[in-house]
Parts: sequence; C-alpha cells; structure tokens
Amino acid sequence: MNAMEHSATPSWAMLAYLIAGVLFILALRGLSSPSSSRAGNRYGMIGMTIAVLTTLVTHFPLALNPFGQSPAAIEHGLEVVPDFGAFGLILLAIALGGGIGWVTARKIAMTDMPQLVAAFHSLVGLAAVLVGWAAYLNPEAFGIVEVVNDVATALARTGPEGTVLPTHIHPQSLIEMALGIAIGAITFSGSVIAFLKLAGKMSGAPIMLPARHAINIVLLLAIAFFIFGFFMSQSMVDIALITVLSFVIGFLLIIPIGGADMPVVVSMLNSYSGWAAAAMGFTLHNTAMIITGALVGSSGAILSYIMCKAMNRSFVSVIAGGFGAAAETGGGAAKEQRPWKRGSAEDAAFLLKEAENVIIIPGYGMAVAQAQHVLREMADTLKKEGVNVKYAIHPVAGRMPGHMNVLLAEANVPYDEVFELEDINGEFAQADVAFIIGANDVVNPAAKTDKSSPIYGMPVFDVDKAKTVMFIKRSMSGVGYSGVDNDVFYMDQTMMLLADAKKMVEEIVKSLQH
Amino acid sequence: MDFISILSIFVMACFVGYYVVWSVTPALHTPLMAVTNAISSVIVVGALIAAAASGIGTGAGVSKWLGLGAVVLASINIFGGFAVTARMLAMYKKKERQTPAASAKREERA
Repeated sequence: MNAMEHSATPSWAMLAYLIAGVLFILALRGLSSPSSSRAGNRYGMIGMTIAVLTTLVTHFPLALNPFGQSPAAIEHGLEVVPDFGAFGLILLAIALGGGIGWVTARKIAMTDMPQLVAAFHSLVGLAAVLVGWAAYLNPEAFGIVEVVNDVATALARTGPEGTVLPTHIHPQSLIEMALGIAIGAITFSGSVIAFLKLAGKMSGAPIMLPARHAINIVLLLAIAFFIFGFFMSQSMVDIALITVLSFVIGFLLIIPIGGADMPVVVSMLNSYSGWAAAAMGFTLHNTAMIITGALVGSSGAILSYIMCKAMNRSFVSVIAGGFGAAAETGGGAAKEQRPWKRGSAEDAAFLLKEAENVIIIPGYGMAVAQAQHVLREMADTLKKEGVNVKYAIHPVAGRMPGHMNVLLAEANVPYDEVFELEDINGEFAQADVAFIIGANDVVNPAAKTDKSSPIYGMPVFDVDKAKTVMFIKRSMSGVGYSGVDNDVFYMDQTMMLLADAKKMVEEIVKSLQH
Repeated sequence: MDFISILSIFVMACFVGYYVVWSVTPALHTPLMAVTNAISSVIVVGALIAAAASGIGTGAGVSKWLGLGAVVLASINIFGGFAVTARMLAMYKKKERQTPAASAKREERA
C-alpha cells in the first residue's frame, strides 16, 4: 500500500476535510423544515470555506527561489519560496467566478430557476472534466504517481536504450480519473441541452434519432472499452476519446426527452454531478469530496425516483425518451366534439366569494404566465371574505422538483397553506371550488380510469369530487403535455376560463373587490 | 488512506445521504437541488491543487491553466449556488399568526 500513500496531506487537513463533509451533511439535514433550512445553508457555506482554506494552506503555490540557490540548498535539496504571483492568480479566479455566480444568483427570476440549476450542473460537470485532465497531465501534483519499489517492474517500464518512460499513474487512479472525466462530460453536455430546452432556446419537443438506443449502447461500450485501454496504456488518445464520446452521449441522452419529463432529467443530472465529484474524490483521496459526492449522488437519485413515481413511469422509460411524441399518435384519432361550458371572470368571482373551501392547483402554466403574485392577491382577497384557501401541489408540477413551492413562496404564500398531493387529495370532496391554473395532466381522471391512456396510473388530484371546477386555460385547442384529452373540461360542474392565466386572475381579483 | 477506507467512507456516506434526503420536505426540493449544486462544487479542491501545483514541462503548465479554469467554474457554482439557495429559503414564511388585537378588530368589523 506504500505506493498509494499520500505524502502531502497532513492529518489536520484530513480532519478539516472530514469536518467539511459533516457540515455538508448538516446542510442537507437542515432542509427537513423551512425553519431550520437557513441555518443548514450556513453550515454548507462554512463547510465549503473550510475545504477551500485547507486546500489553499496545504497546497500553497511554491516556486524556486528567484534569487538563486545557495550552495547549501543545492546540496540539501532546492530552496523554494511562496509563489505569490500564482496565489494571486488563484484568488483572481475565485473572485471572477464568485462574482459571476453572485450576480447571477441575485438577478435570476424565480421562474427561471430550473434552467439556472441545469446551468450550474453543467459547470460542475465541466469542472470535473478539467480537474481530471489536470490530474492526468500533472499526476505528481495530485500524489497519484505509482512508486515502483522492485527492480523488475522498474526495468519493464524503462524504454529502449535506457530512456525513462513518462510518469506512471497508479492504475487505480487511472480508472477513477477516467470515470470522473466520463461522468463529468456526460453531466456537462446533458445539462447544456437541458438548459437550452428549459430556457426555451431549443424546442422542448423530443428529438428522436432513428436507432438511438443502438447508438447509445454502442457509445457506452466504446467508452468502457477506451477506459480499459486507458487503464492498460495511460494513453492520451484514449482519455481524449473517452472525453469526446462522453460529451456526445450526454447530448444524445437528453435530446429525445420532452419538456414535461424535465423534472426527472434535472434530478438525474444532479445525481451525475455528485458521482463525478465522488470519482474525483477517490482520485484525490479526499473525504470532503467523497462524502459530498455520495450525498449529492443519492439526493439526485432519490429525487429522480420521486419524480418517476409521481408520473407512474419507470426511470428507464423516461431516459429512453419520447413520451410526448408517442402519445400524440394514440390520442389524436379519437377526437370528438363534446359540450363544455365557458365562464367569465365575474362568474368565477361570484362563485369563489360564495365558497367555503377553495383549493388552488397551480401548474407549469402559472409559471409561464408569471401569475403567482396575482394568484396570491386573489387568495388574500378571498381569505378576507372568510374563504378557506389552500394550495395543492403535484410532485411533478413545473419543470423541476419543488418548482411550484418556490414560486408560491416568492409570492409570499405561507408554506403552511401549501399541501402535497397525498395530504390534500381527500379534501376535494369537501371543496366548493377546485381552481386549476396552468395544470392539466395532474388533474386528468383518465390516469385513474383509462388503461390505454399514456398517463394511466399516475396519481392525480380528485378534482371531479369538488362541487365546482374552474379551469384556467389559454384555449380549448391545446391539450396537456401528454397529448391526452381531459374529461374534466366536459364535466357538468366545470367552468372553463379561457384566457391568459395572469389576465384572468387579475380580472377575477377586480370583480372580487367590487 | 487506502482504497478500502475510502470506499467505506463512500458507502457510509451514500447511506447517510439516502436517509437525510428522504427527510427533506418536498416543498424544499428546489432549494435542495440548488444547495447540492453548491456543495458538489467541492471539486474546487482538486481545481485548487492543480492551479497551485508547480511543475516542469508542458503537461504541468497546461494542467495549471486547466486547474485555474476549473477554479473559475467551481467558484461560479459555490457563490451562485449558496446565494440562490439563501435567496429562496428567505422566501419561505409561515402564516403570520393573528395577534389578539387584530382578530378582535376583524370580529368587530364582521
């Protein structure tokens, strides 16, 4: 095990990294309730500060003494001095990145949170690729050089005519490094595509390549093959191919996935960014990185699982992609004209004022219309009238886990008025009004009854049990993301409010205040 | 540290992660993603080592600049991730308790 020994990391530093790791655990632990969450976030910041300071102290840049070496130094090892120029450059890099990050975080609109998170994931992925390459090019700095103790191995590694071959990286580190680079590259290109789709800079519709599954499998096998080759040869060609192919596969994995499956994709990429950090932690033997990688990796995996369960879809089928496109062909044929009722803002206001219990169901459409603030105003007005208002949130509402909760919190909706699907679904029978704004599939009863429906089995809100259903929708022509018609439109107690969500709610507020 | 101790830490941390993340309330899933984003930038440790390393030859020179690049990327994430999490968490408020005076006033009006 001597060869693996890290000479450079003193035990106090190892302890510091462990403390940082524990603080990161506490940061996530704090999120179990909003009241403890702010303290948790501070633990995370402290942990990161400890990790960065420890690294800066133990790895302060050094340079050969610019004033030359004294004769004594030449005899006893070269004299080194702190390299303040290099240190300044590092501080500059931190300041530059920190500044960009800080300003972005201040300016970003809450509705744009999904694409911001995707962009951040891509940065972690790219950073992992860069660090992996840096470790490959300068293995001495990372302490991953294999120390050869026996003569036979040393001779075997000596080239013809006694030339010394390049530094040998420890074989185990080669694998960890290659995995870190591969996962990092997949995270990067996948997140870039997710970002472009979420930001609307690229069509959210799934892009299907013919034989894409075969292509993906071949690419994965090729990556595995080159990782093995890299393990054997430590060749730069292999690691370059691993990098490029991983970029390609990340791209191919995400393009066939449609907009409404984005909660799963964003969670999955979250998980990948964690595994990339963990792989780098293995290379560096750094506890803070390993603990964090494991935390983030399992966090993303659990979120993906929750999202898939909330859609009653298997993870594999989401990743295989193409949900929207497949559904359209099935649902399109059986289109019939059925009667439905259109209501006005005044009708809605009248019924809402008379109601005792109102449950509001927000969806992605509310985020698009930026209607959360005026919605809260409506709820406040109703509360003043003595109406009991609650919000019901489906796990996959929006484009990322918890998206609706953040938007409502931004609009100053107290979090104890906001309920999860299973906690509130029993209350629809007592509700006078179910107020659906920008949601569709999550209230579609076909998920409960129609076995041929692509959303069959997905848990949905029982809005059909409410006395009145108000459905804000832009027009009757568009159906939900899944491409399935929704029986709720045609129920006797349903009132369709056809308009832009924000305008409609504004009008309702106006009529309520008269 | 040898591989087995590192692997043990990793496996244990996966279990800790599993239980800690399940205890996160669904309402905070977006801040959870933002904060995991920020902490996964602990990869900055590797970036700093590369950026601070001295070495001879092109490999070491390129490695240094790759490290500096990774420091910039990770710093964007660290500062951005924690700041945006803090911003989101500051918005989560409980229902304001009615003070007795206010509720009395409301009754009067009714």
